[in-house]
Amino acid sequence: MKRALLPLIIFLVVVGFLFVGLNLDPREVPSPLVGKPAPAFSLPRLDNADKIISNKDMLGKVWLFNVWASWCGACRDEHHVLVALSKSGVVPIYGLDYKDTRLDALQWLAEGGNPYVATAVDENGRVGIDYGVYGVPETYVIDKAGVIAYKQIGPVTEAVLRDKILPLVKRLQIQ
Amino acid sequence: MKLIFRVVTVCCLMLIANVWADEARPLHDDVAVEAQVRRLSEELRCLVCQNQTLADSHSELAEDLRQEIRVMAIKGMSDQQITDYLVERYGDFVRYRPPLKSTTLLLWFGPFALLLGGGIGLFLMLRRRAKSAENSPLSADEARKVNALLNKES
Repeated sequence: MKRALLPLIIFLVVVGFLFVGLNLDPREVPSPLVGKPAPAFSLPRLDNADKIISNKDMLGKVWLFNVWASWCGACRDEHHVLVALSKSGVVPIYGLDYKDTRLDALQWLAEGGNPYVATAVDENGRVGIDYGVYGVPETYVIDKAGVIAYKQIGPVTEAVLRDKILPLVKRLQIQ
Repeated sequence: MKLIFRVVTVCCLMLIANVWADEARPLHDDVAVEAQVRRLSEELRCLVCQNQTLADSHSELAEDLRQEIRVMAIKGMSDQQITDYLVERYGDFVRYRPPLKSTTLLLWFGPFALLLGGGIGLFLMLRRRAKSAENSPLSADEARKVNALLNKES
């Protein structure tokens, strides 16, 4: 009787593994950048190409760095979440306009609202590579010392914001 | 007439050559650099289409990364340095050959452990079966059947 159960048990364990595997998202690759200083950048601003924005400008505060583009469909899904967050004033959001054209990007912000304190323009995607961007939108939580605390791959949903990003931001702001 | 035909043919051939020239990717003149770019992009994963290498993928990111690798290769960086540069940004997942470390032990040795476990199980089972076949004497009924069969043959 016991011996007959053994294959069944092995089978159930394998099924268990496969079932868990079904619900994992293969696109969510853990970023090696979490816990490391945010890569330096110094890029023209979207609203004014003559002004330069750098990651050093944000030292001393907790901020979100949202990589977006006007050609990115999933960015449309998260946009209203970001706009609502920026209205709440809990945490400043900075944008990285990734491989986009200035005109399209400005039009996008005019249409959907602008949740960003400022947006840096990464026209050729070089800064994107430094940040390990591979699927827009991506959002980084960066602490007061300029260290990446969290990376969200894919759109920021209300659930992700409530369960992960906001508690983390609050904790980092106290530090 | 023949001459006109020839001229037209040559012109057509030249046109084809032109089209090819337009479609060619911006390659570096240095053969060694291009060989290094090709070698590395066959070893590295495109994160956008995860089952393709950087060499296979037509995604924009893959093209950017190939260009990035080319720039580094021109600078004279070694394969190891370029791979490290990408792993720093995208993680070990970018490599098609994952490195051996504590988090990848199961990945590297899991199949061998399974094979070993299965082998031991099979060995034990076969031995037990052989033993049980050897040690159980025939019942009277079985002995009679065996005898009947043997007699029938002869």
